[in-house]
This record gives sequence, C-alpha cells and structure tokens, in this order.
Amino acid sequence: MFSIYITSFIVGGLICVIGQLMFDVAKLTPAHTLCILVVAGSVLDGFGLYEPLIDFAGTGATIPITSFGNSLTHGALAEAEKHGLIGVLTGMFEVTSSGISAAILFGFIASFLFKPKGSL
Amino acid sequence: MDKEKYAKLEEGITPKPPLLKNCIKAFLVGGTICLIAQFIALFYMTFFDFTERTASNPTVATMIFISMLLTGFGAYKKVGQIGGAGGAVPITGFGNAVVSAAIEHRSEGFVLGVGGNIFKLAGSVIVFGVFSAFIVALIKTILVKMGVISW
Repeated sequence: MFSIYITSFIVGGLICVIGQLMFDVAKLTPAHTLCILVVAGSVLDGFGLYEPLIDFAGTGATIPITSFGNSLTHGALAEAEKHGLIGVLTGMFEVTSSGISAAILFGFIASFLFKPKGSL
Repeated sequence: MDKEKYAKLEEGITPKPPLLKNCIKAFLVGGTICLIAQFIALFYMTFFDFTERTASNPTVATMIFISMLLTGFGAYKKVGQIGGAGGAVPITGFGNAVVSAAIEHRSEGFVLGVGGNIFKLAGSVIVFGVFSAFIVALIKTILVKMGVISW
C-alpha cells in the first residue's frame, strides 16, 4: 500500500525526465514533445504494456500526458472488442472523458475569474 | 567564413544547457506532482466509492482544477520555469495550456476568443492522441479478426 507512493514518484519523475531529454538533447519544442509522448502512450497500450505500468505506479502512470494516449486507445479497443471495427471510432473518448471535459469546463470558468497576466 | 566553420564556432560558444541539473529538476517536480495526485486518489478511495482503477478519473479532474487556480494566479509559470518538462508533461501542464489560452483570449469575446482559442496550444495533443489511438486500435482489431493475436 505504501510502496505505491514511492513508485508513483519515481515513474512519474522518470517520464518527465524523458520529456526533459527531448527538450534539451533532441531540441524539440514542448508541443512536439507532448505529441510524441501521447503517441508513445497509445502505442504502448496497443501492445498491452501501459496497464501493467498503471498497476505498478498508480498516478505515476496516469498523470503524465502519456496516459491520455493510453486511455484513448484503451476506450477504442474496449468498444472494438464488443462491436467490431466501428467501435474503434465510437469508443475513443469512453475512458478519457474526464480530462478533456474538466479542461474545457475549468478553462471556461477561469476566463470569467482571472485577468490575463502572461500566464503561459 | 563558410557555413561549416560558422556552425562549429556557434556550437562552441553557445552555452550548453545544464542537462543533468535540468533532468534532476524535472524528475523532482514531475514526481512531486504525481505524488500529490496519489494522495488525491487516496482521498477519493477513502471518502467516496472509488476503486484504485476508477479513482484516476476524478483525480485527473482535480489536478486540472488545481492547475486552473495556479495558472489563474500566475503561479504555474514558476512551476514550468523550475521543472521544465516536469511541469509540462503531467496533466497539469495540459490544463495549464488550456486555461492560459482561455484567459489570454478573453478580451476577444467569449465565442471567438475563449471558445475559438481554448485548444490553441493543447489541440495538437488531442489531434495526435486521437489519430494514433485510431491507427493502433484499427491495426490491433484487424489483427485480432485475422486471428493473428488475441485481445
């Protein structure tokens, strides 16, 4: 029970280090880095490798952006298992709806509440 | 001076980014964000009816809410400056991109400004996520149908 806090910290940190190496060594922009990480997460789930990582590291695997690619693929595959090829399209946002809806909702609310101050 | 010489000279003069230091900072900041999320997941598992697996959805939403507050008060910028990728890679970085785009474009109105630009920075992540998920799931489904692999 306690060990999940350690693995979460380490795995989450290591995924961020991979991102940092892409910034500094490969000289990629943040947008390119995040896109590559999302694609990596989705490919890993295709091989069935991301779910074991979530079991091992908890939020260390679900909080980095790689988990977004994973849950998109996961939803698509779960629907495809039930309904065949058409499920690939319809199931995509089944699992990951909370991240996108929270971002839209809180982003919109924030635009009422806060004044711009170069917050990028 | 020809181009090659210039490139060599430039490489010698440009200060190297302190790679190890940046990586340690990204590790600590990114790890801390994931650790905080683990405590939030514990909160949802203890006080609400969530399992270890289903707790990740409300946890992600809560992290984005925290990121909204930090972005609104101008504090997330500092997280990014200190942590580099440690601030950008977790879902809070995604939240920061959406929220800051919404706040910045408020002056252009709610429909054209906020609505039109809210995914200006984070949109590419969604596009590439959806496209790669589609391709991966399509390939896997076809392979299963052909009997090459199983679910």
